[in-house]
This record gives sequence, C-alpha cells and structure tokens, in this order.
Amino acid sequence: MNEPSDLERIKRESRHLRGSLRESLADPITGALHADDVQLLKFHGGYQQDDRDVREARRLAKLEPDYSFFLRLRLPGGVLTPAQWLAMDAMAQRYGTRGLRLTTRQTIQTHGIRKVDLRAAAQAIHACGLDTIAACGDDNRNVVAAVNPLLSRLHAQIFGQAQALSAHLRPKSRAWYETWLDEPATDGNEAEPLLGDTYLPRKFKIGFAVPPDNDIDVFSQDVGLVAIVADGELAGYDVLVGGGMGASHGNTRTYPRMASPIGFITPDQVTALAEAALTLQRDHGDRSDRAHARFKYTVDDHGLPWIKAEVERRAGFALRPSRGFEFAQRGDRFGWRRGEDGRWHLGLRIPFGRVQDKAGVTRQTGMREVAALLAGRAPDAQIRLTPNQNALVAGVPAELREPIDAIVATHDLALHRASSRLALNTIACVALPTCGLAMAESERWMPTFLPRLQALLDRHGLHGEPIDLRVSGCPNGCSRPYLAEVALIGKAPGRYNLMLGGDHRGQRMNALYRENITEPAILAALDGLLARFAAERETGEHFGDFLVRTGVVMPRDSREAAA
Amino acid sequence: MPVTATSPRLPLPRERLRHLELLTHGLDSAGLWWLSGYTAGLAARENSAPDAHVATEPETGARLAIVYGSQTGNSKRIAEQLQRQVETAGLAVRLLRADAYPVRELAKERLLYVVISTQGDGDPPDDARGFIDFLASRRAPKLESLSFAVLGLGDSSYPQFCVVGRKLDARLAELGATRLFAFGEADLDVDTIAEPWTQKALTHAREMLKAPASATNVTPLRPHAESATWSAARPFEAEVLVNQRLTAGDGGKDVRHLEIDLAGSGLDYEPGDALGIVPRNPGPLVEAVLDALHLDGATATAHAGATHSLREWLTSKRELTRLNRPLVAALAQRSGDPALQALLQPEHADALRALFENHQPIDLLQKYPASWSGDMLVATLRPLAPRLYSIASSRAAVEDEVHLAVAHVEYATAAGTRWGAASHWLATREEGDAIEVYLERNERFRLPGDPDRDVIMIGPGTGVAPFRAFVQHRAAIGARGRNWLLFGNPHFRSDFLYQVEWQAALRDGSLHRMDVAFSRDQAAKLYVQHRLREHGRDVFDWLENGAHLYVCGATAMARDVEDALRDVIMKHGAGDADAAGEYIATLREQHRYARDVY
Ligand code: SRM
Ligand SMILES: Cc1cc2nc3c(=O)[nH]c(=O)nc-3n(C[C@H](O)[C@H](O)[C@H](O)COP(=O)(O)OP(=O)(O)OC[C@H]3O[C@@H](n4cnc5c(N)ncnc54)[C@H](O)[C@@H]3O)c2cc1C
Ligand SMILES: Cc1cc2nc3c(=O)[nH]c(=O)nc-3n(C[C@H](O)[C@H](O)[C@H](O)COP(=O)(O)O)c2cc1C
Ligand code: SF4
Repeated sequence: MNEPSDLERIKRESRHLRGSLRESLADPITGALHADDVQLLKFHGGYQQDDRDVREARRLAKLEPDYSFFLRLRLPGGVLTPAQWLAMDAMAQRYGTRGLRLTTRQTIQTHGIRKVDLRAAAQAIHACGLDTIAACGDDNRNVVAAVNPLLSRLHAQIFGQAQALSAHLRPKSRAWYETWLDEPATDGNEAEPLLGDTYLPRKFKIGFAVPPDNDIDVFSQDVGLVAIVADGELAGYDVLVGGGMGASHGNTRTYPRMASPIGFITPDQVTALAEAALTLQRDHGDRSDRAHARFKYTVDDHGLPWIKAEVERRAGFALRPSRGFEFAQRGDRFGWRRGEDGRWHLGLRIPFGRVQDKAGVTRQTGMREVAALLAGRAPDAQIRLTPNQNALVAGVPAELREPIDAIVATHDLALHRASSRLALNTIACVALPTCGLAMAESERWMPTFLPRLQALLDRHGLHGEPIDLRVSGCPNGCSRPYLAEVALIGKAPGRYNLMLGGDHRGQRMNALYRENITEPAILAALDGLLARFAAERETGEHFGDFLVRTGVVMPRDSREAAA
Repeated sequence: MPVTATSPRLPLPRERLRHLELLTHGLDSAGLWWLSGYTAGLAARENSAPDAHVATEPETGARLAIVYGSQTGNSKRIAEQLQRQVETAGLAVRLLRADAYPVRELAKERLLYVVISTQGDGDPPDDARGFIDFLASRRAPKLESLSFAVLGLGDSSYPQFCVVGRKLDARLAELGATRLFAFGEADLDVDTIAEPWTQKALTHAREMLKAPASATNVTPLRPHAESATWSAARPFEAEVLVNQRLTAGDGGKDVRHLEIDLAGSGLDYEPGDALGIVPRNPGPLVEAVLDALHLDGATATAHAGATHSLREWLTSKRELTRLNRPLVAALAQRSGDPALQALLQPEHADALRALFENHQPIDLLQKYPASWSGDMLVATLRPLAPRLYSIASSRAAVEDEVHLAVAHVEYATAAGTRWGAASHWLATREEGDAIEVYLERNERFRLPGDPDRDVIMIGPGTGVAPFRAFVQHRAAIGARGRNWLLFGNPHFRSDFLYQVEWQAALRDGSLHRMDVAFSRDQAAKLYVQHRLREHGRDVFDWLENGAHLYVCGATAMARDVEDALRDVIMKHGAGDADAAGEYIATLREQHRYARDVY
C-alpha cells in the first residue's frame, strides 16, 4: 500500500475533527481558515469557498480572495417541519447571500456565509433541532430516501429507517458541539467505534428507493436499498453496492459506476448491513489515492463475490437472493395529489434548487409564506426536499389548499402549470461562482440555455417531451449526469462533453457523443438528433432509448462511459 | 551616523570631532536630540566665558535664539534659512527646535525669533507642545529683558488660521517682552510672507547684536542631505509605473496604490518621509468655474508679473477645491450676501469650519452669483498648493521607486461630482504618465536608530502607508525589534489595505503582531483606539520595554488614540491623569512617540 494521502494525516492529527478550528475562526487577519482546518470543516458540514468571479481583481488589489462558506444540513430523507423551514430561511437571510439551495441529496445549502458569522449560523441551525454533522467529508453523507408522497405509512417507515441510520453512522466526536456551540473544549479522546480515528477513506452515500420511483437514483449510491413491498407491507430491501458518479477528465482509474445488486435483506437487518458495508470500505478503501478511494473502486478491485462474502461475514448473516424490482420513473411529480391518509401533497418545481428572491422572482418569500401558513395551521405538515432539487409540501389538510395555491401563484412557484417537461426535469449543479472544482457554468447557464433547447424541441413538435437533461460544471457529476438521457459535462469555460443515451428511469448510463464542444455545437448536434427522433421514434419511445436503438450511441460498460 | 566634515562648517577641531563621533556613534535619534539639547544648554551657559571656538562678544554676550515648531518641516526650513542669513551676517545665533529649547533660560534670553506652525484643529506642532504649554502656564517667567518676533505658518483653509503663532505672539508681549515687529501670518504660499519677515528679522538682529568676528551655533547633528534640490517650486518630473485600486467593490472607498519612478532624481528618501505632489485641477471643474462666472478660458490673464490663459491659471496655478477665509470674504463682499458675511464673524466659527469641510469654491461661486473678471478671480484665489503623501515604501526594498497609498476624494453633490485636486489627479494618472513630485523630509517620524527596539504602529486608513515603509525597511536591514501594527477601516472585505502583504509579513516574521478594527462590520462602531484599550496591558508592557509608538492618519483619530493611550497608561501604569500626561510627554521628549497626522 502506498503513502497515505495528506488528508489521512490531517484526520489523524485532528483530535477527532477539532484541529485548530477555534483558532482559525478567531484569526481576524483572514476570512479563511488555516489549511488543515479547511479540510476538517467538511466533516462539520461546511465548505470554504471564494467568489471566483472576483478572484483576479482582488489579487491585483492585494486583497485575499473573497472567502465565504456554505453550510449543508444533515437532513435524512429531506424532511423539514414548517417551523424548521422558517428557521433556515431566517438563517439564510441573515447570514447567507444566495438564499436556500436545495441539493441533489435532499438537503439545504446556504452559500456566502462569512467566517465571522459561521458560529452564529450553526447555532441558528442547532436551535431548530438540526445540525450539519457529516454533511460533507469522509463519512456517511446525507441519507436519501424516496419522497414517495402517496404511501404515507410506508414513507414514515422508510424515513424512520433513514433517520436512524443517519444518526447511527455519524461521527460520535463532540467536535461539532465544541466548535460551533458553547460546549467546553475537551482533548477529544472519545472513541469512534464505527468510523475509526481516521474516519472513512472518502465520502460514503446511502439511499432508500421505493419503486416505482427511482427519484434518488439508487444506482448512483454507494449502498442502495430498494424497498420490496409485498401486499402493502414493507418486506425488506434489495441491496445494491458500489454506485458512484464521479470521474476525472483523463484519469482512467476513475469512472462512474452503477451499483450492483448483491441480495435481499429484511428491515431489521438494515443497520447491520450498512455497518458491514461501511466498515468494509473503512478497512479496505484506498487511503493513498483519493481519486480512487470511493467504495465503487473497492468493489471493482476486490470483485463482487468477495465483497458480498465480506459484507455477510461482517453483518453476521447471509443475504437472501435479490427479489428484483421495476422502476417506472425518476422525475418528481408536481401539483396536488391526495395521499392514502387523505392529506394532500403539493409538488413544486424549484429551478436548480435555488430558493432566492432575485430579479423580481420571489420564490423565497413564497416558500416562507407557505411555511408560515402551515406552521400556524398544520404544524405537523412537512416540507420535503427531493433528490431532483425540488420541494414537496406534504401532509396538507384539504382546507389549506386554496390559500397555498394563492401564495404559490403570486410567487412564481406554480411552474408545473406552465413549464414544459424539459424545464421541469432538468437538473444542474451549482458550479460557478462558488464551486472550486467547476470548469464551466452550470446553474447560472440554464436560464439562457434551456429556452434555446426548448425552441429546438418545439420546432420538431416535441414541446412536451419528457427528456431528462442533467448538467454538471465538471466530471464530478453532482447532478448525476451519467444517468441522464442527455448530459452536459463541463470541460472548460463554455465547453462541454455531450453525453447521450441514458434511460429515463436511471437504469442505464449514457455514453460520450461529442467531446469538448460549445453551446452552438451542442444545439446543432441535438437539432439533428431531435429531428430524427421526431421522425423515426416508435410510439411512447423515450429519447434515450431511441438513441441506443438506432445506434447513435452504444450503451457501454460503465468503465468506458466516463467523460 | 557619522558626523564628519560633511556637516556644514563645523566649528570643532578634528580631534574633538572624533570624540564627538565616538560619543554619538550608534545613538538613536532620541539620544542624539537629547545631546543636541544638552550641548545647546552648555553653549548657552558659555555666555560669560566662551571657549576659543565660540567667539561671541564677551561683554554683551548678546546672541539670537531662533526657535521653531514644525510638523511637516516648513517652519524648520524658514528657521534654518534665517539662521544661515544671520550667520553669514556674522551674528551669534543658535537654532533650536522648540522641544530642545531649555525653557528655564527664557528669562535670560535677549533676542528670540519663533517660527511655528498651527496643526490639528489649532494645535501646536508635536515638537512645540512643551514649549507652548510652559509659556501658557503660570510657571512662565516675566520677560522684561526679551525682544522677540513671531512668524506663524498656517493654512487659511483652516478656521483656526495660524492661531498658535498669534497666541504665542500675544502671550510673549503679555509676559513683558518687547515685540520688535508685527506677527507674520504665512499661508500655504509660505514664502510670500516669510521672505519679508526674515528680512525684517535680520535687520533687527543686526541692530541689536553687534557683529562679532565669527558666529557659532548648534549644528544639527543629523546632516540633512538637502532634499532642496527638488522642491514644490522646482519639482521632479516622475513617471507613474503603477496605479492600482486597493479597495474592492463599487461604491465604498477608492484607495489607490501608486508606484512612481524616481530614477535619475537623486531623491533619497527615508521611511517616514512624505512625497510632495504638484497637482493640476480637474478639467471639468475648471470649465464649471468658467461657466459659472461666464468667463472665457482663453483670455490671456496677467498677475504678479506672469501671464497665462485664464484656463491655465485655474488648472495649474490656482487653488480651486479648497475654501479659505480670504476667498469667502471676497465672495461675501462681491455677492453682498448677508448670510455669507455673518459666517465670517467669530461666533460662527463652527459653521465656517463646516463650510470649509463640506464645500468647495465652485459650490459657493454657483450659489452666490456675482460678477467676476478673470483678473479679479486669479488675484483672489490662492496659489495652488502641493499636497503631501506619506511614502509607503522603503528604498531598501524598492530602490528607485516610491510608493503611495492615496485615498481618492470623490463625492457627489446635487450640482455634480466633486473631486479633491491632488488625489483625483493621482487617481486618474495612467501608467506612463508624468507627475511632478518633490521630497518632504520628516525627521520627527523616524524608525528607532536602534534596530532592536520594538515599534507599535497605529495607522488606520491611509495612515498605514508609512508603516508599510517601516516594515519593509526593518525586514530589509534585519532589525530584531518587534513590529506591532494596528490598522482599521470601514470594512474587512473591501477596505483591508495591503491585506495579503500583511499576511505574508506575519508569516515570514517581519511583522510580529497585527490588530484590526473594522468599524462598520458590526452594529457597534469599532476603531483602533478600542483595540488599543483592549490590549492596554501589552501596549504598556511594550512601552515599558522601550518601544517606540507611531500614529499616522486623520487628525481626529490621532486625538482619540492619544486619549486611549492616556487611559491605558493610567490603568496599567497605575497613575493619575497628570502622571499619564507626564509619561506621554516624556515619551515625546525621548522621541518615542511620533505622530504624522492630516
Ligand atoms: C450541492 C451539490 C450539487 C447540487 O447542485 O445540488 C454538490 C455540490 C458539490 N459537490 Fe457534489 N454535490 C452534490 C451532490 C453530488 C452527487 C449526487 C448524489 O450524491 O446523489 C454526486 C455524485 C454521486 C457520487 O458521489 O459519486 C457528487 C459528486 C461529487 C464529487 C465526486 C465524488 C467522487 O468520489 O467521485 C465531488 C468532488 C470530490 O468529492 O472530490 C463533489 C464535490 C462537490 C463540491 C463540494 C465541490 C468541492 O468539493 O469543492 C460542490 C459544492 C458546490 C457549491 O458551491 O455548492 N461532488 N456530488 C449536491 C449536494 C449533495 C448533498 O446535499 O450532499
Ligand atoms: C504629512 C501628510 C501626509 C499625508 N499622507 C497621506 C497619505 O498617505 N494618503 C492620503 O490619501 N492622503 C495623505 N495626506 C492628505 C493629502 O495630503 C491630501 O490632503 C488629501 O489627499 C486631500 O487632498 P486633495 O487635493 O485630493 O483634496 P483637496 O482638493 O485638498 O480638498 C478637497 C475639498 O473637498 C471638500 N471635501 C472633501 N471631501 C468631502 C466630502 N466627502 N463632502 C463634502 N466636501 C468634501 C473639502 O472641502 C476639501 O477641502 C497627507 C497629508 C499630510 C499633511
Ligand atoms: C493635519 C493638519 C492640520 C492643520 N491644521 C491647521 C490649522 O488648524 N490652522 C492653520 O492655520 N493651519 C493648519 N495646518 C496647515 C499647516 O500649519 C501648514 O501646512 C504649515 O505650512 C505647516 O508648517 P510646518 O511644516 O512647519 O508644520 C494644518 C496642516 C495639517 C497637515
Ligand atoms: S459537478 Fe463539479 S462543478 Fe458541479 S458542483 Fe459538483 S464539483 Fe462543482
């Protein structure tokens, strides 16, 4: 085994994630943290960033980069009470600069928090019963769970398991409480029974899917659990391991990979199974090359049979044969729908997850008013965040539908009434100006790009076609692009790889079609293909399937599908 | 620092000189100044029995004392000119900086000339505080045997025009001394008044003192390599190398970092010196004035023997951005506006001050229409005065360059944008442009001669400029003393001047400690003086440990900082207000507390 990466040293020396964070926060000469603490902060759910738009200007002005931070909530299953939404909204207004950002893992990020405000922001989060522990870093990330509005009982059950798992697998260190709250500092010699003193080699992601919906993209999870429901009851889960999206341009050791099924477990075995997979990765994951440290590589390096056996050994039971499942769709359902319990659910499209009042669009105000209404009249209702960056107002009593509709209408939140499927399904990652890894625009580019693409669809009579487009500013794939029918992956400012041929249920990865092309070239390429699609498609055939059937792209072994 | 033959006309035999060298070698400026005061004292006592080299007339022993109080060197320059003239006239004279003058000798003094400026808001220059306080106090002796004259330097754009000199002039008379001739009141065009004043002074000195064979004086131990080669009247044309904004974000402050090429000028500045800039007025302003008065800029206009187009007069020869008493008076008289006339009455001093601070001549010219001819205008407006900027670099680090940090004065009024003449001139220079500069030495604002001494530098806003020079210099010469910088400005994000340089200095150990106060980043305003109090214990310890304390920046800030300093010394030195006052006075006498305020 080669040299451990420097991050392993930082973790080891950090006294269970404390490092010199307190000193870093107190240093008045810089808006940044000391180098090592920048890494440790991730385990606390925060990220140091700087406004890349002004980097050069500030360098010339002999000013340091314009540092700020985002905080990301640990929010298993993406469920908030109306009161918690109001608290997060207030926190974002007070300390953040870009509103609330709903993420592709069902949680909220607040960007633009200054170092001097970080503690206050974290305390506001804690005050409403939430935290940001392990929302980033080499640990078990936010556990996602199907939003699943109709089957409320099943949702409650699975959401409960997601929450329990998130709590069980999170760091036991008190570092978070000592750093952000006023808990007195200790020498940090508590035990980390599960994660160990150097935590995991890399991020680790677990998700629960409930067929027929694959909204969480279960094939992209390190460990995916697919609910198997037999006559209305939760029988257990099919277990998938080794999924992951990230790749690096030109690094053949990295590639997106779809999770592979290894068997079936009963609901009571979830914790043991998760512990087994997580500790396996803890002990066998690559700690020298971070680009090759995800569970998916451990799986490929040791082979599925060995992994399955090792998981069973650690779990202390044998997996039963997979039951198999069918997904019908992946996108969110919008508008009002009635749940089995008679309560109503309203699916709202939040373009690219950005809940912010800006340029006349008042979605943040709208969501605030909805939450305030619920907090007063239906406090047990929920605001659920979807893995597609959207929001679901869940558990609404019938009599509140009208007032909510009124708010939604005035604040431009009823997009599902007007927008095309393309506008409703598209996912774009954050990218510039905050993301330090972005090579090209993503979220900020959509308002100009989408209408142009829509125009093509319209021209070919495909106005309402539910094509799913996913855009990422770099190959890390935060929008899970490799599972999309059409994906754009940033290579350089204004330049993207065009990937085609995924399927709309997230069960097949796409393949590279054109490399490193600009917007006009992208539109030109799609123009031709859409024309053919309109002319030659079979009834009900989806764009991705069509491209594969007609050989425009070859569905490939995931290893080569990397950009 | 060697005191060799480079010093002008040393009245000492060679071997004495060597002793003097031994004595002075390695002394810091505090020690040297003390020594000069001491020898001055000796020299004074020599009256009755002068040694071979002090050939004053025994029986009369009459000798002229020239005392100056100077903040930025003008009064010093005048005093030195007078001294040279008196010397060449073969009269006995000693030249003393006010704080080197042994006040107890006043009673014995026969002939005294004082050249002194007014600072702050009618305050004496730092080096004359003791002198002025003593004379004002009840300890001041009767001065029947003294004859005197006073030249005050000032700037009529300040309401308290030359008050320090005027009060001193009155006080000396009050103490029974004989006024030889009327108090001189020099405005920024110093020489217009200073020249005739020195001539009078010389004549009177001739009459009073019988010319001896050769004269003596206390030769300043620091031979000031005359920066006079270039001056406000004869500036050096330098090239702008860099003009870079230091502040971020729009709105907010606009502070510029300028790098200027001095190659070929022979200008050899030291940390603490200032650079004089000869500005030109903003073009739009000149046109606005011409419009307001319906005058034609092309008209050839003659004044004091020179003829230029009116536009040229207004652009580069006349003050167009600062108000001053004479101008307001002229406006009041021409417009016959009663309100304006009232303003000039003593009881409205505050209103007048506010007017000076918030208005420019154009504002009044537009507000109080009156008929002006070009000649009248040129005759009424004051000559365009150069502006000073603290040098923000050390030659040890930047060689032939000089760096400045300039706050661009630019603000909007209902009638349009207004600019500060010099800061706008500089802020709008492009790389490659030429500007006219000269060196303004500041012997009072020097790093400790002893590199092991600690320094505390308090420089909010552009007041930080000289400390960039200090830190650069101490790093370059490998000084071992610690450097502590206190900086402040409105916002951390946008106004942290030279932030990355300070961070690097803290990393590489050339800066040992930095405390910052960003006033508008939190609900309660926070300034450097708060930090000073907050860290009072350390400040006091550093001072007790021999540290030198420097303050640079806005006048009001310097006052608040001094109050804070007094509190700190009372608290940690456990003394009362008087004791603290004494402590500060001593620091000042030892030249361990220097201020450069504007
Ligand atoms: C906010 C979010 C995108 C969004 O638009 O919603 C996001 C944003 C970032 N991701 Fe991600 N990732 C987000 C979901 C994902 C997903 C999708 C998922 O998890 O379902 C993936 C692909 C799945 C996977 O992990 O393989 C993903 C794969 C990555 C990677 C590649 C990881 C890898 O091992 O290949 C990186 C880079 C890294 O970790 O080195 C990354 C890194 C980042 C960082 C933190 C950039 C960085 O490391 O400096 C981005 C912050 C940008 C910003 O300014 O906010 N993000 N990131 C998503 C937050 C999820 C959450 O709430 O936890
Ligand atoms: C020893 C010394 C060192 C100095 N060092 C520096 C330095 O390092 N950096 C630096 O920037 N400056 C420094 N200064 C100050 C500098 O010399 C100038 O005084 C300053 O730049 C303003 O000059 P100006 O010609 O731009 O403005 P002026 O033309 O002299 O004045 C403009 C006029 O506009 C009016 N005015 C200004 N602001 C406003 C406002 N906001 N609202 C209404 N009216 C207003 C006032 O009446 C003012 O008189 C120093 C001064 C001294 C004496
Ligand atoms: C910060 C500052 C404050 C001043 N305040 C006054 C004042 O109140 N009254 C006045 O007549 N002149 C004032 N002046 C002008 C100076 O007295 C004038 O520049 C004089 O030439 C300085 O002489 P010196 O170099 O010997 O100190 C002030 C100058 C500065 C830099
Ligand atoms: S995909 Fe790349 S650019 Fe987009 S957020 Fe993730 S890391 Fe940043």
